[in-house]
This record gives sequence, structure tokens and C-alpha cells, in this order.
Amino acid sequence: MFKIVHAAFIAPGIKRFVVEAPRVARKQKPGQFVILRLYEQGERIPLTIERSDPERGTINIVVQSAGKTTHLLNSFETGDRILDVVGPLGKPSEIQNFGTVVVMGGGVGTAMAYPTAAALKKAGNRVIAIVGARNKELVILEREMGEVSDTLMITTDDGSYAEKGFVTDKLRQLIQNGTRIDLVLAVGPIPMMKAVADVTRKEHIHTVVSLNPIMIDGTGMCGGCRVLIDSKSEFACVDGPEFDAHRVNFEVLVQRNAMYREAERRSMAEFQQEIEAKRQTVRQELEQLCGMNGSRRDAGATVEGRRDAGAAVECRPDVDATVGGLR
Amino acid sequence: MTPVKTPSANPLAMKERMKVPRQHMPEQLAQIRATNFTEVNLGYPAELARQEALRCLECAKPACTDRCPVGVKVKEFVQLIVAGDFLGAAAKIREDNVLPAITGRVCPQEDHCEGGCLMGKKVQSLGIGYLERFVADYEQQHLDIKNIKRAAATRKKVAIVGSGPSGLTAAGDLVQKGHQVHVFEALHEIGGVLVYGIPEFRLPKQIIREQVDYMRAMGVEFETDVVVGRTVTIDELLDEEGYDAVFIGTGAGLPQFMGIAGEHLNGVYSANEFLTRINLMHAYEFPRYDEPMVELAGKNVAVIGGGNTALDAIRSALRLGAGKAYVLYRRSEAEMPARAEEVKHAKQEGIDFQVLTAPVEFLSNGQGWLKAARCVRMELGEPDASGRRRPLPIAGSEFELPLSVAIMAIGTSANPIVQSTTPGLETSKRGYINANPETQRTSRKGVFAGGDIVTGSATVILAMGAGRRAAKSIHDYLSTGAW
Ligand SMILES: Cc1cc2nc3c(=O)[nH]c(=O)nc-3n(C[C@H](O)[C@H](O)[C@H](O)COP(=O)(O)OP(=O)(O)OC[C@H]3O[C@@H](n4cnc5c(N)ncnc54)[C@H](O)[C@@H]3O)c2cc1C
Repeated sequence: MFKIVHAAFIAPGIKRFVVEAPRVARKQKPGQFVILRLYEQGERIPLTIERSDPERGTINIVVQSAGKTTHLLNSFETGDRILDVVGPLGKPSEIQNFGTVVVMGGGVGTAMAYPTAAALKKAGNRVIAIVGARNKELVILEREMGEVSDTLMITTDDGSYAEKGFVTDKLRQLIQNGTRIDLVLAVGPIPMMKAVADVTRKEHIHTVVSLNPIMIDGTGMCGGCRVLIDSKSEFACVDGPEFDAHRVNFEVLVQRNAMYREAERRSMAEFQQEIEAKRQTVRQELEQLCGMNGSRRDAGATVEGRRDAGAAVECRPDVDATVGGLR
Repeated sequence: MTPVKTPSANPLAMKERMKVPRQHMPEQLAQIRATNFTEVNLGYPAELARQEALRCLECAKPACTDRCPVGVKVKEFVQLIVAGDFLGAAAKIREDNVLPAITGRVCPQEDHCEGGCLMGKKVQSLGIGYLERFVADYEQQHLDIKNIKRAAATRKKVAIVGSGPSGLTAAGDLVQKGHQVHVFEALHEIGGVLVYGIPEFRLPKQIIREQVDYMRAMGVEFETDVVVGRTVTIDELLDEEGYDAVFIGTGAGLPQFMGIAGEHLNGVYSANEFLTRINLMHAYEFPRYDEPMVELAGKNVAVIGGGNTALDAIRSALRLGAGKAYVLYRRSEAEMPARAEEVKHAKQEGIDFQVLTAPVEFLSNGQGWLKAARCVRMELGEPDASGRRRPLPIAGSEFELPLSVAIMAIGTSANPIVQSTTPGLETSKRGYINANPETQRTSRKGVFAGGDIVTGSATVILAMGAGRRAAKSIHDYLSTGAW
């Protein structure tokens, strides 16, 4: 099991978790993701790693409440545990000195673009960051993005903060002003990534997007995450998640992501009705599992205690670790 | 080694044994089981098992054992059943096979033990699989895992990558030699295909959990959520984590598609995804479990392929309410690689077998969902590289089959993650790991491999055989240090 050492909302509905996952933290590279499963009856969902701290053995993930699983996760607090975290998965972002790169983050996608922006900056690129959000409250990682870019631009759909408009408006401006752009990286909602691809295609600017199809195992085994790249099927989990934006069939991506919409709605509706009860049972189950020797250990215990799988369970009730929330 | 002569407790003369009919395996009624995920076969009660065991001719040179990839001493364990010593029979099987409750259920016995049975040449072969299953289940009910003794420790550490039958077998054998064994598994459950692929109605997950608990009691350590190659590399295991040897049993997990138009449509699945949703993620228990599945009730569903995977997928679809459930197979029934019993069961359940048929295109309903498959009929030509007659499309035979869901079960290929992150690990052209067929050694010192990742997708028992050979060879290596 994987302990949440810190959890805090950074915007309405968007929460950052610092999770103890020492093996993942040691290996994580920008652009990679984890798959997690919250509890025994839970589904597996992919989440990009915002950053990791190999020394402390932690990774950060930033989660926006969308469906049942993300809502449930966002009700988890410091001290809670997640049943499964596996990773780092996917190919890391290609990092080299391209020259001038524009890194674009839309909504929670900003958290996913951030580690790559940081690595590109470190590799000597001139980084222009464009961060977009629906409104002021939803602008995230402004400070962090500012730190890793030479220029930071912000747009909000409603104009409640910085400039009113879309990230693509800014991109177009850059192009019109004659800025030489060697690479664009865009991470965000599908319509945003598609819009970026449409802008840069005409200009022949190499553009990379990070795709978010439905996934299960994340190791290439199920093929559920297949995306059409130049009309050829590729698996986002092992061949991606980053792809050349000009070769992606966004229509198929949208279509496949809608495959379970009905079921998801049903899940969410039922969940909302019994949200409190559900949280309680999940919490209790995880607590119990944690007390059971052998079968499931804390990830924290894994690195030091690997020699003795059964005995190394590091589980404390953490009664006073959280205020409010689930308890 | 001289074989131990067990005096036969069988009271029947040879001629009489031939007169006893093969005992029928009690099973759920087809109409009922087609609506549930409970196991189809119910298992022999002790009386039927004894009755069946009496049929063994106790051959001097038993072909059953020769044809078993792990050499289970069939005659001896069957004699112990006749003598009423069921736990003794289980122990006898365990000498060669650490997962008897599983092989008793899913082995293609007709290709191995039962295929060699002399009785089969005259009347009907001995129900070896059924008997194996019986003693394994009996043992499970009567054995206290607290009494399992652990071997004296050798202080050698072995990492097993992948927890399918090859990895589990290697782990079980090595821990019995006193080595410290740690299994790394990418998924959140232990068992490989046994948990994510083969459905509950054929292999209840509880059985795998019990086998895994048994191995835990023997001292095997399991760590889930580790994708070796990504989470930790083989070199890190050897150099930093102090493992003396590594066994790779990562299976042939990558699904293949046909490359025909429309495969990206909603409603087209790989069998791996379809089965993983249902088995590993319990989509059949939605919404109690969160994993969703497309609505199948009353819908037309087809699987493409003729192996165990294909039948597992389509029979699962049937159980989820499919109105019409087809198997589209491009060769004839004689070439179907699925276990004979599964084909029989599927037919009883009402699966429609469209053999000598293949899809050439999937058609959209205009909103991104599958509407139909355009199919073509085939005929068999000259034998191909596999020795089977090559299917050839019949000109002008195309027709449209209305379908909401199509499941591709046309084979798998090697998962490249370990190979691509382990320098110096040699692979075949198709990406499978090269390993010596006797020692399972790879091109890397201290690294062994076996199962589907070496052979391409095969069977549980063949994977177990590889795990067993690897364990022996790893033990030799750890004892002598010689490579
Ligand atoms: C649906 C289906 C039905 C079948 N039915 C039968 C049957 O009835 N009878 C029969 O004999 N055979 C059957 N087979 C075939 C049989 O299951 C396989 O041949 C057998 O499981 C192979 O065993 P294995 O140990 O090589 O690998 P697998 O069982 O494939 O296990 C490999 C394991 O390794 C894990 N893994 C992969 N990569 C990594 C990594 N990088 N790090 C850590 N772990 C990793 C996987 O998650 C998996 O758990 C069936 C196969 C399928 C798919």
C-alpha cells in the first residue's frame, strides 16, 4: 500500500498528493505516469507524475475530480493509503536542446506539462510557457511554471485573470510576431491539443501532445489504450503517451474515450448518492488490509524491508494525522 | 533411478477395468451456467474418483507420464486414489507439479497425458485431469498450510519476474531448495493469465489464491505493482538489490490485431482487454466493482479466433447476456487449438461456430460504434508453415454479419519491456527471449527465462515445465557458481 504523506487542494476540484512510492520516485522521468487503484473494487486509472523526490521516496500527482475514482481520490487526506500505485510507465519525454520550445498546459494538463518544461529548460532550451484555464481559480502551477520558463503567458477563458482567450491565441501571436519555434508541447483537454495541432500544422512546427486514452494495465497487455497514429494503431501506454500531434487522429481518441460514458455516469450517480458511506467503507477496508500481515505492505516498507516481506508492514492507525475529511 | 513398485490396490482384473465407463464429470446444466460465472465443472465426489481410478491399466511403461511436460507420475497417484490415500496422491503429484488444482482444470489433457493413455486407444482414456483436480481439491480442503515446513536457508536470493505459471513453478521449486525467492508482478494480482485471462467459470480465482497462499506459507515473497524494466531493471536487481539469479517469465502479453479497417471502432476489443476487464477488474460485477463493460445484453457479439482465449471471451460475453454469440474461425473445427472440453462446453451453451470464416472489415454505425463485420468464407488449401492447411478466401463469398461487439483473439506477441531494458539479453527476430531449451539460460549470466516469453503463447503446463527446468538449472548455478 502507498501512503499519502501530504494532500492539499491547489484549486477548486484539483488536489495535489505526495505519495510514498520509493521505487517509482527513483525511476521517474518527465512525461511518465503511474496507474493507481484506490481500493479492492476500484478501477485502474493513469495519472501523470508531476514530480518526484527520489531521496524522500515520494511522487507528486495532481488530480482533477472528474468521475467516480477521481472524486473518491480527492476525498483522501494526508495519512490515507492507496492500494496500488504502479510505474513509472510510458516513454519519457524526449529531452534535448531543441532551441526555443513552447510548453502549453491546459487546465490540469499544466501539472503534466510542468516536469517536461523543467527538463527542457535544464537542457538549455528557451522555454515559453503558456498556461490556460477556464477561470482564475483554476490556474495552477503559475509559480512553478514561471520558475522553469523564460516567458510565462496565462490565459483564462472568461478573462477573470491575465488575458482573456485560449492558449492557441497566444501561440498564434507568437507565430505572427515571427518568434522562431522549434518545438511545441501541449498537454490538456483533447479539444485544446487538437486546436494546437491545427495551428502548428500549417506552420510545420514539430508538435508533441500527451494523450490520455482509457487504460487498464499500462504495460501493453490489454490494448485498450490504442490510438490511431497515421491510421496505424499504437498503444499509448508503451508507445506513448507522447505522440507527434500532426499524426494523431483526435476524432478516434474522442470517440474511444466516450466508450463507457453511460456506465461512468451511472457509477458517478450512484457514488454521489452514497458518497459518505462509500468513503467510510473504503477507508476501513484499506485500514484492515494494512493490518493484515504479508499480503500487502506499505510501499515505504518495501525498500528497507524487502528482505522480510511479511514482517515489514509499517502500518499505524494515524488517528491524528488528518483533520476533517474522511475521518 | 529404479521406479518404486507400489503394490496395486486395484481389485479389478484388466478386462473388467475396460468395462468400467469413463465417469462423467458432474457439471452445471448448460442453460443455467450460460447465465452465471460459477465454475462449469463441479468436480468428482470421492466415489466417482475411486471408480474412475479403477480404470487405470497400470501400464509397465506409462505413456501418460512420458507425454506430460512435467512428468507427473500418473500411475502412482492413481494407485493411491484406488487405495483411498488422497493426500498421498496429492503429495505424489506435487513432486512434479506444484499447481495441480490449476492443471487439473486447464491442461489440454488430450494432447498430453490422456492422449497417451492406452485406454483411450481401446475405449475412452482415463480421466487423468479430472482425477488430478479431485486430489488437488481434496488436499486443499484437508491440508493445514500451517504445517508446511520451510527448507533450510541457503542465503541465496532469486528474483522471479512475472507470476504466471512459469514464474510460480520456478518460485515453488526454488523455495523448496531453501533459496530466498521474491516474485515481482506488474499487475495488482498474482497469477498471470490464470487471473487476468482465464475466466472464473473455468478456473475460480479462489483456487489461485489458495495456491499462492500455499507458496507464501512455503516462504515465497510476492511484490505486486512492479513492472520490471520500468520500476526496477534486471541489472538493478542483480547489482543493487543483491539477487544471485533472475528468472524471467513475463508471458506473451501483447495483443495482436488484424490490421483491417474499423478495428479502432468502439465495440472492437482485444480478447486481453475484454477478459482483463471481466476477470482481473470484475466488470461482470459492475457496479459493485468500478470497472465498466459495454452493455452486452441482447447484443450480437463475435470473437475472432479459435483458441482457448477466443472461447473464454465469447463464453464470457454469453454470460453477460449477449443475444447471439459467434465464433468466427478461419480454419475448420479440426484445426481449432482450443481444449476439446471447452469446444464441447461452448457448443452446449449455444455458441454459434462459424468456421472457415474471417472478417475483412468492421463497419461503423456512423457514430464511431461497430455495426457489422464484413466477412468472407474460406476453404483450406495446401499446408502452411504450421503444418495446418492454409485457409484461402472464397471469391464472391462475402457477407455482412450485424455485430455490436467484436473481440480479437488472433494471438499475442512478446512484451518488449524487459528485453529492451536489459542490455545483452538476446532475443529472437520476433522479440522472444532466447533461452537454452534444457537449462533455460539466457545470454546474460545469472538470468534465466521460460514460458510464453520464450516459446510464444503456449500452455500452462508447458510454461510450468519451463519453470521447473529453470529452477533446477538455477539451483545448479547457485550451488556451483559455474555458468
Ligand atoms: C484467455 C486465455 C486462456 C487460456 N487457456 C488455457 C488453457 O485452458 N490451458 C492452457 O494450458 N493454457 C491456456 N492458455 C495459455 C496459458 O495461460 C499460457 O501459456 C501461460 O499462462 C503462460 O505462462 P507464463 O508463466 O509464461 O506467462 P503468463 O501467464 O502470461 O504470466 C506472465 C506474468 O508476467 C507479468 N509481467 C509481464 N511483464 C512484466 C514485467 N515487466 N514485470 C513484472 N511482471 C511482468 C504479467 O503481468 C503476467 O502476470 C490461455 C491463455 C489465455 C490468454
